[in-house]
Amino acid sequence: MQPTKEQLLWMYENMVVSRRFEEAVEKAYLEGKAPAFNMANGPIPGEMHLSNGQEPVAVGVCAHLDANDIVTATHRPHHQAIAKGVDLKKMAAEIFGKSTGLSGGRGGHMHLIDPAVNFSCSGIIGESCGPACGAALSRKMQNKPGVAVAFLGEGAANQGAFHEALNLAGAWDLPVVFVIEDNSWGISVPKSEATAVARNDVRAAGYDMPGHYIPGNDPYAIFDIAGEAIARARDGKGPTLIEVETYRLAGHFMGDAEQYRPEGEKDALFAKDPIPKMRERLLADGHAAKDLDELETRAEARVTEAITFARDSAYAPDTDALTAVFV
Amino acid sequence: MLDQPTNERRLTIARAMAEAMQQEMQRDPSVFVMGEDIAGFGGIFGNTRGLFEEFGKERVRDTPISETGFISAAVGAAMDGMRPVVELMFVDFFGVCFDAIYNQMAKNTYFAGANASVPMVLMTSTGGGYSDAGQHSQCLYGTFAHLPGMKVVSPSNAYDAKGLMTAAIRDDNPVVYMYHKGLQGMGWLGTEAGATVNTPEEEYTVEIGKAKVVRKGTDVTLVGLAMGVHNALKAADKLAEDGISAEVVDLVSLVPLDRETVINSVAKTGRLIVVDEDYHSYGVSGEIIASVTEHDISKLKASPARVTFPDVPIPYARNMEQFCLPNPDKIIDAYRKM
Ligand SMILES: Cc1ncc(C[n+]2csc(CCOP(=O)(O)OP(=O)(O)O)c2C)c(N)n1
Repeated sequence: MQPTKEQLLWMYENMVVSRRFEEAVEKAYLEGKAPAFNMANGPIPGEMHLSNGQEPVAVGVCAHLDANDIVTATHRPHHQAIAKGVDLKKMAAEIFGKSTGLSGGRGGHMHLIDPAVNFSCSGIIGESCGPACGAALSRKMQNKPGVAVAFLGEGAANQGAFHEALNLAGAWDLPVVFVIEDNSWGISVPKSEATAVARNDVRAAGYDMPGHYIPGNDPYAIFDIAGEAIARARDGKGPTLIEVETYRLAGHFMGDAEQYRPEGEKDALFAKDPIPKMRERLLADGHAAKDLDELETRAEARVTEAITFARDSAYAPDTDALTAVFV
Repeated sequence: MLDQPTNERRLTIARAMAEAMQQEMQRDPSVFVMGEDIAGFGGIFGNTRGLFEEFGKERVRDTPISETGFISAAVGAAMDGMRPVVELMFVDFFGVCFDAIYNQMAKNTYFAGANASVPMVLMTSTGGGYSDAGQHSQCLYGTFAHLPGMKVVSPSNAYDAKGLMTAAIRDDNPVVYMYHKGLQGMGWLGTEAGATVNTPEEEYTVEIGKAKVVRKGTDVTLVGLAMGVHNALKAADKLAEDGISAEVVDLVSLVPLDRETVINSVAKTGRLIVVDEDYHSYGVSGEIIASVTEHDISKLKASPARVTFPDVPIPYARNMEQFCLPNPDKIIDAYRKM
C-alpha cells in the first residue's frame, strides 16, 4: 500500500510535531531539576518517557485510522497520541498538571485519555492489549465500524496480558491490530536477553493470525504493512500482529544515565534519525523544500501554542483531587 | 540483634538492602535475586547495586517483564530448596501477578499442613510524593497485610532495612518487603534524610513482628510505618515546642502485627493517631484503631484519629497529590481536634 502525497505529508508533519513536542517537554522537564536532579521538582514532575525516534511507527499506523477507530497506547505515549489526533493543547496541559488538561491534571503523562478520538494509554506494561480486544469486540457486537490498534513495546510482548489478548483476538476474530515498537530495550534489559525468540512476529502463528516484522524504522514500510493489516481488520478478516524495529533516541525515562548502552550505540541511532531521513526522501521524490519548511514551521507553531497554553493555564484547586472518582 | 552502633557508618536504605542481600548470598548459596533491571542496572531504586558484579548473572537475574512468570517461578524454586529474593519493581504492578503472590506464595505452606515451606522474599517499592501518578505511587499496605500467609514488613530507616532483609531471607516463610521510594536515599526521588542512619557492617537481624517505640512521650501515641514514621517524628518535634509530648511507634512489621506495643503506648498516653500513606478505608489505620479499641476502649481519653490518603486514585498534579498525602501539619491538626 502506497501513501498518497497528502498522507505522506501528514505523516511527516506529525513526526515533526511529535519531535518538537518532545523537545519542548524535555526542556520544560529539566527546569527546576538542576543542580540536583529530583523528579519531584519543576513544572513537569514525575517520570517522563520520551518517544524521540519512534515517530515512524505512530504515523505509519495512525495514517490509516480516523477518530472513530480506537488506539490503546503505552507508558511512552506522546507520539501515538499526537498521531491519533489527541488535542495537543489539552495533552500538553495534562503533562504540566493543569486544570485544562485532558483529565484536569489527575492522570499525567502516562495516563492520557481522550474519548473524543478514542485514545487511551496505561503505565502498566502489556495493558494496552486487552482493552483493544474489548473495544474491537464492542464494535463487532454493536455492528459499528471501526478497528482497534494496541501499541506496545517489545518488552511488553513477554507479559501474560499480551499472550492472552492475542489468543482472544485470534479465537474471536476481532478487528484488532497489535503493533510492537521494538526499540530493543526494556529499560536496561536488551530484547535478546529477555525474549525467547529473536522476532515477535513469529508469535503470531501461535494465535492463528498473520505476523509481520518491519525492519529499519521505515515510515513507508510501516504505512504499507499497517495499511494492509488495518484494511484486513475492517473487512472482518481478523487480527494481525506487527513488530517494527524502531529506535529510542532518549533514555528510558528522563534522568536515565543509559550506562547499559554499548559504546557508540546512541551515535549510530542518531545517524539513522528517521525525521531527517524522511525529509531527504521526500526531497528526492520531488517534494519542494519550501513546502517542507513551511510544514515544519507550522508544526513548530502548533507545539509552541500548546506549550504556551499549558504554561498559562491554572492548576486545578487542590480539592479537585477528590472529584471525578465516579461520574 | 545488635544495639544501635555508636560509630558512624551511615547507609541509605538502598545500600543497606543491597548489603544484607550480599552477605546472605555469601553465606548461603541457595539465595538468589531476580527481577527487572536488578542486575547490571543495580535496581531502579538502587537496592541491588553491586550484586551482579560480585555474584554474576546466574544468581542475579534480570527477568523479562513477566511478573506472573518469574514470581510464581520464585515460589516453585523456594519450595524446591532455594531462597529467592524477587523484586516487583513498583507495588502498583501487583495487579498483573497477584495470583502468584496470594494464591501460591502465601497459601502453599498452609495447603501442605506446614509440611512444606516457601522461603522467599518479595521486595517491592511503595509510596508517592514525586508526582508519579496513580499507577506508580501507591502503598497498598492494607491490601497485602489483609491476606493471610505472608509476612509483611516496611522499614523506616537503613538500620531496620538491613536487619529486616537479613531476617526476611532467613525466614522460612514468605516475606513481602515493602520499601518506600521516598526513604531510599536516591536523590532523584528526593529523600528523607532521617532514613539514612548508622548501619553496622556485620550481619544482624531485626525481628519481624516487633514494633519499636522510636520516641518516648506521654500525651499522644503516633503510630506509623515507613514514611509515616518520619511524618510522625516531625509532628512530634513541633508538638514538643508547645509542650505536648508525643510517643511515636514504628510498626516495622504489619504481619505479624505487634499490637501489644501499640496498646501499651496508648494505655500510657490515652490518645491515638495513626499515620498511613495508604488509602483511608479498609486499611492499616482501621486495623490499628480496632486493635486498640477492642482491647480496652476505656484507655482512650479521646476518639482515635487517622491521617491517611483519601479514598481516591493518586493524582498526578503536584498540588493535588500533596493535598492528599499525610504530613506533619495534618497530624498536628488531628491532635488539636482531639
Ligand atoms: C507490569 C509492569 N511491569 C514493569 C513496569 C516497569 N516498566 C516500565 S517501562 C518498562 C520497560 C518497558 O519496555 P518496553 O515494553 O519494551 O517499552 P519501552 O519502554 O522500550 O518503550 C518497565 C519494565 C511497568 N510499568 N509495568
